Parts: sequence; C-alpha cells; structure tokens
Amino acid sequence: MLCDICGKSEATVHLTEIINDKVSNLHLCEECAREKGQEMEEHFGLSDLLAGLADFGTTVEPEATLEALKCNSCGFSYLDFKKIGRLGCGDCYDSFKNKIAPLLKRIHGADKHVGKVPLMVGKTVKDTKDLHDLKMKLDKTIQLEEFEEAARLRDKIRELEKKDKKGNDKGNK
Amino acid sequence: MKLDDFLGQDTEWLRGTGPNSHIVMSSRTRLARNIDKYPFSHWANRKQSEEILSMVKAAADATNFLKNALFLRLKDLSEVDRFFLVERHLMSPEHAENVEYKALIVDPKEIVSIMVNEEDHLRIQVLQSGYNLMECWRILDEIDTELSKRLPFAYSAKYGYLTACPTNTGTGLRGSVMLHLPALVFAAQIDKVLQATAKLLLNIRGLYGEGTEASDNIFQVSNQVSMGIAEEDIVDNIERIINQIIAREEAARRAIMLKNKQALVDRISRAHGTLRNAHIITSSETIALLSAIRLGIDLGIVKNLDRRMANELLILTQPAHLQKLEGRILTANERDIKRADLIREKLK
Repeated sequence: MLCDICGKSEATVHLTEIINDKVSNLHLCEECAREKGQEMEEHFGLSDLLAGLADFGTTVEPEATLEALKCNSCGFSYLDFKKIGRLGCGDCYDSFKNKIAPLLKRIHGADKHVGKVPLMVGKTVKDTKDLHDLKMKLDKTIQLEEFEEAARLRDKIRELEKKDKKGNDKGNK
Repeated sequence: MKLDDFLGQDTEWLRGTGPNSHIVMSSRTRLARNIDKYPFSHWANRKQSEEILSMVKAAADATNFLKNALFLRLKDLSEVDRFFLVERHLMSPEHAENVEYKALIVDPKEIVSIMVNEEDHLRIQVLQSGYNLMECWRILDEIDTELSKRLPFAYSAKYGYLTACPTNTGTGLRGSVMLHLPALVFAAQIDKVLQATAKLLLNIRGLYGEGTEASDNIFQVSNQVSMGIAEEDIVDNIERIINQIIAREEAARRAIMLKNKQALVDRISRAHGTLRNAHIITSSETIALLSAIRLGIDLGIVKNLDRRMANELLILTQPAHLQKLEGRILTANERDIKRADLIREKLK
C-alpha cells in the first residue's frame, strides 16, 4: 500500500483520526507520518498550557511528588490540577501557593487583586452560610409539622439576622 | 413565561439596535463567582452540587433583576432545548454537556442569565445589543452586589475572587464584543487587525465563543487578563481597542465603496439572489450570505430589508431553532431544506 499523502513510498504507519465524530483512516510512509505527528502535537489544550506556565525552571518534579501535594480542605492534588487545569476549591490557592502565585503572575502579569470587594468577607461569610442552613432546616421542620423545633430554629434565625444587621450598619459607617 | 416563549421574541443580542450596531452586534460582560467553602463544580459531590443550586436559586429569586426569571434545570430539558439556549447566547456550549447538576437562570428579556455549576458555581452574564459594554458592566455590577448579600463568595484579599481556573482569578470579569467586520475581511486587512489586537492581550474567537473559530466575518473580542486591573479599567481598555477597530472597518467600507463598488455590489446581490432562490442550504453558507446582506443593508445597497430581519434569520436558521420551529428532530438534510424554505418565505 502506498502512502496517502505523498503517494510514492510504502505506507508503514496507520492512523485513525476522529474529527467532529467523523472517523478517517490514514496510511502513511514514515517520513509523512513524522510530519503529521508534529502537526498533531500542536493540538493541545488549556491544561497543557497552564501546566507549562506553572512548571518553569529546569527540574521536572516526579509525578509522585505532585500527587502527594494535596489541598488540606478538599483533597485535590496538584497533579490533578496539572492534568485538567482546574483547581478543587478556593483553599487550593493557599495549599498550592508556591506554585499558584507565580502562575498567576505569568497569566495576568500580576498576582494581586485590584477592584471589587464582596460585601461579605471573613466572619460574616460563615454566619450567612449558617443562616441559609437554618432556613433550609426550618422549611423542612414546618413541612414535617415539628413546630417546637421550628420555633427554636426561628429564634436562632432572628438572632443571627439581628447580628448580621448590626454588622452591616457598622460596615456602612 | 416558558422557554418556548423565547422563540417568538427577538433575542437581545440580535435586536440590531444600540450604538454602532452597524459593526458591533452585541456586548457582553460576565463574572465568575464561587460560593465560599464549597469545592468547585467539577470537584463537588452530589449533595454539595444540589445545595449550590438551591442557594443560587434562592439568592436570584430575591434579586430585583431576576425575580421573574426562569429557572431551568438542564437535565429536564431536551437536547434541542439546550442547544436552543446556546444558539441564543444565553449559555456556553460546555453548559449543554454533563447536565446532571447544571441550571440556567434567565430573565424574560434575555438580558441577564446565570449559568449555575458550569466551570464556576456562578457565571453571571449581561448581554446588550450594539456597543454597550460599560452599560453591561454597570448592570452586572449591581446584580453581583445584590447576589453577594445572600451568597458568600469565595474571595481572598490577595487574589480577589477565586475561580476554578486561574485564568479567571481576580475580578472574574470577562468583557466581550461581537463584531461584524466584512470590509476588513474583503480588503484582506483583517489579519493585521487581529494580530495587533492579540498583542494587546485580547482574545479573538468565533460566533459561539471558546473553542469556535472566527468565521464568516463575525469576531468576538474579549480581555485575557482578569487580575491586577480594576473592572472599569478592563472595560475601558476593551472599548479603546474596539473604537480603533470600528474606525478601521468604517474606513475599509468607505474605501471599497470608492474603489471596488461594482465587485461589492455583485457579491451582495448574488448573496441576496442565492438566499431568495435556494432550496437546500447549510448553516455555514447561510451565515456567510447573511453577512453579505447585512453589509449591503449598512451601505444602502440592499434597500428592501433591515438589519433586524437579517439578524432574525441569522438565529432562526440555526439547527436547534429550526427544530423548535418545526416541533421535531430534523436530520441535517431535512434542516438544509427547512432552512431554505424559511429564508425564501421571509425574503419574499
């Protein structure tokens, strides 16, 4: 069989390509296969690019070291990040800070945020989550007609909301 | 309001009005936000994903802009309905895949939408017809502030808003503008413009965003950098560059009308003729011909049509829209026939 590209040399490499669900078979000679191979190496994704940016320097760390580097909060490993280009949770930024800070600098030319600050930061963040959880529980107890428990939850919600309001007033002054 | 009601209304980005709408088709800003203490979407478990959905829904219901919004669980929608929403630019193509815990919140005017559990827990988007990027940002800023009263966002004093992918960290803001640049393409100047734009750290993409090619004279330009620069400055930077591109496109249109008018009129008239007479037509050929018609309308060469009609055809001839209109699944060949029928009917 002759090569599909040059049509001159004997085809010794057989490739199957899937583009947009269309399968095509290619039979290539060694020389054309090498060229095709280079072309295919150019098809790489964002995660490769990010990983490339993060791992500058001359030493390549073994996969085991990267896998052992895990986020304390969510258990996501740095190796996972290298593979998919996404972090596991907000705390990963801290867990991998030695690697993420230089990466951010390479992507954005900066590693410090400038701009908007959310209304709730720090302690109130937790209170809001608690409040949400309590409200969900309250709905459930009402549905189950557990009114004593519902009254207890209602009081707790009022207390938290009062605290929240105070906090906001302070923040506005 | 139901999903099907969208079919009968002009989607915001194609109304064909607004400043500089002869070149800028639409403006869009989006913010990436995540809820504090929850793993990012791809790493969250079933319970956490469900909690995120209910927290975001509750917060949106309490927001002025979104109190009448539709809340759509994507797993409850057919594949056609999901791609219908993608074609209307209300969500990304990625959001139509792996839909178990995904939702879309969209206001009845199709200006504001929130993708829930996409790459980030929330992707809040504001879309406007024409060149209105700063206005988009102002609305988005307000909605984000309202939502943040009820949702604790993942945020660090140093890095800003924390996102699943480090390319969005900081402000989490992406501003983008969809441009129709037929004269720059016709005059073979487009590569120069695109290269210069890329050097200024702006991304250029096709009609449907990430992963799609810029084709048929329609280009999306957006910022690459989201950290170390404040939101207004990001928007301002994009606008400065877009102003330059608009001026270049206008100059190219004038130059063609002076030097090459016959060739242009010929091309536009042939496009018009094909659309009015075709019985089988693909989606990509339709987009290319409609681009020519749009230019013809802008330059006064095509007189009996308006931009709104060209825009309407651009969206109604997309695969999912055709199938919604027909009320059933169509094969690619059936769609090509239906598409031609629809265009002939509208251009009669």
